Amino acid sequence: MMATHNVRGDEGNVREGEVRDEGRTTSGPPPLTDATREKAREIMARYPRGRERSALLPMLHLVQSEQGYITPEGIAFCAEMLGITKAQVAAVSTFYTMFKRRPTGDWLVSVCTNTMCGVLGGDKIYKTLSEYLGVGHDETTPDGKITLEHTECLAACDYAPVMTVNYEFFDRMDPDSALEVVQRLQNGERPTPTRGARLCTFREISRQLAGWADDREGAVGEGRAGEPTLAGNRLAERYGISVAGFDPSTPIRKAADAAEKGGSK
Amino acid sequence: MTAPSQRALSRLTPVLTKRWLSPDAWRLDVYERLDGYTALRKALAAHPDDLIQLVKDSGLRGRGGAGFPTGLKWSFIPQDGKPHYLVVNADEGEPGTCKDLPLMMADPHSLVEGIIISAYAIRANNAFIYIRGEAVHAARRLRHAVNEAYAAGYLGKNILGSGFDLDLVVHSGAGAYICGEETALLDSLEGYRGQPRLKPPFPATHGLYGGPTVVNNVETICSIPYLVLGGAEWWRSMGTEKSPGPKIYSISGRVVNPGQYECSLGTTLRDLLELAGGMQPGHQLRFWTPGGSSTPLLTEEHLDLPLDFDSVAAAGSMLGTTAVQVFSDKDCPVYAAYRWIMFYAHESCGKCTPCREGNYWMVQVLRRILSGKGSHADLDLLLDACDNLLGRSFCALGDGATSCVTSSIKYFKQDYLDYIEGRKAPLLSPNEADLVGAH
Repeated sequence: MMATHNVRGDEGNVREGEVRDEGRTTSGPPPLTDATREKAREIMARYPRGRERSALLPMLHLVQSEQGYITPEGIAFCAEMLGITKAQVAAVSTFYTMFKRRPTGDWLVSVCTNTMCGVLGGDKIYKTLSEYLGVGHDETTPDGKITLEHTECLAACDYAPVMTVNYEFFDRMDPDSALEVVQRLQNGERPTPTRGARLCTFREISRQLAGWADDREGAVGEGRAGEPTLAGNRLAERYGISVAGFDPSTPIRKAADAAEKGGSK
Repeated sequence: MTAPSQRALSRLTPVLTKRWLSPDAWRLDVYERLDGYTALRKALAAHPDDLIQLVKDSGLRGRGGAGFPTGLKWSFIPQDGKPHYLVVNADEGEPGTCKDLPLMMADPHSLVEGIIISAYAIRANNAFIYIRGEAVHAARRLRHAVNEAYAAGYLGKNILGSGFDLDLVVHSGAGAYICGEETALLDSLEGYRGQPRLKPPFPATHGLYGGPTVVNNVETICSIPYLVLGGAEWWRSMGTEKSPGPKIYSISGRVVNPGQYECSLGTTLRDLLELAGGMQPGHQLRFWTPGGSSTPLLTEEHLDLPLDFDSVAAAGSMLGTTAVQVFSDKDCPVYAAYRWIMFYAHESCGKCTPCREGNYWMVQVLRRILSGKGSHADLDLLLDACDNLLGRSFCALGDGATSCVTSSIKYFKQDYLDYIEGRKAPLLSPNEADLVGAH
């Protein structure tokens, strides 16, 4: 493993994980179909006419929603849909961390090891899970169920240390609680995230990333703001603090008047 | 826990965060009951130029880190009949920053309303929210809010009978910190690798699809409805003369109650610490970031520094995203710098040689120091690498990377020397150095 593989020169090539299953016989991801093509067209229609290339990132999420990672077939699919070359698609797909180059497990477990989470326990959590699962960064367990990675800051530092499963947050973890989450996943259970909705699989969450609403009954309402999110508000509420002088009927001045006033200053 | 002093409490300004206390405010009916979309009605009755002037008068400065005056940015958009675009930067990822995701999660319609008003002001008929890919929980609420807004006639054709049309797309990224840089974000939104563009030209004239584009942070856009309702003078009753308004300070680390504290701009760390219940028992403040890892570290001597754009700049740092990460005497500034530099090395897009190579090599040097194999020359080497990086890349990622190295050497040189001269046990064994943060 090296520190900077994304920036050191070989992004344009289709690499190991992507060619490995080219000669697949029995197993491997299901092929992309006309239904996929239809969805890809839906994505393209979101963007202004002539600007369909904007659909590339969501379309790559769509590929992952069907195949679990960015396959050579998926690269060719996007290239064909958008009328660009496979090299152009591969150059984009290899740039972004969330586009996976190898088959990804149903459960992508991401542990934040950026500085704040790291010093508050994230480093230990990652090490614990790595040893327990017997896999390193961006590797999947032999049964294909769990992919482990450590990530950069997940924008939840007030809940540090955090980890995510398919990007849903598990807050204020320690090695034991993190291990429990992973063991429950191994047992076929779906532990409830601290914030956000109940878990769905990597492929299912990729569909949402491609831009579709979460169609699971009630999912959008699941998860409430945690106490750190509300900390300042709670104080304001307890001590009866509000901002004075707010009058929603305050008129909006005419720009011309304002310019006059500005000029006379 | 000791109660915060009156002075500290008086800094609190619950404006943008107020609706977070209503757990169902993400639903349109609840949002409307809490005065949602009243600002939109008021704004649509005004002339777009009057709205730009209002934002100028308010002194609102961008909340994404740079602090550029929002009204001025809007006024740069040439009104020449070409299609205009509004792009909201929701790619929150600056280490320490965690304000926009809870905002979009708890109150997504306030962003949608802010977008409609802002797009009306700059005459854009297409708007995009570029939200960080990993933020699926917030994106779920946003997509739902956008669908509700379309169904209610707040988006689409002839909004509320005003004749104004707006389409809004929620676009998820795919895991790249660099896409928080506005021109990299635009490239990414166009379907390319997220690599920054050379400026000028600025997005105001050559932005998305080459058209005039305003790129604003989530918190900036969410400020707009309140400004429209309460007016510029009211807005200026908070904050300082040159940094008016409320600001969501995100406090993390060795404090009793980490979290989001919306305060008047210019609040000090001393007051923020009081609000957050003080330092955790057994921990003493040692170093902190005023606005994320790209802002130079500050120390205990800066406890009374007003955290507004100009005061923090005058103290040699930056207000950034007001991501206040608090570290104690139990934390090692050398390790912090090492871990942050690993972050920048990973997230450098690779376009500019000084950033791509400089960060890569700084990781190696810092690792050497923390493994007990560093030399005195390594400190000069680090500073030299920073010299070659600062100001020599297209975008601010390269500049930001140097902050933690130069400031930690400035304030904590002794910690470096302790590793180099063998007074401190190596923090990393060669083995661990491979494991921790390997990418």
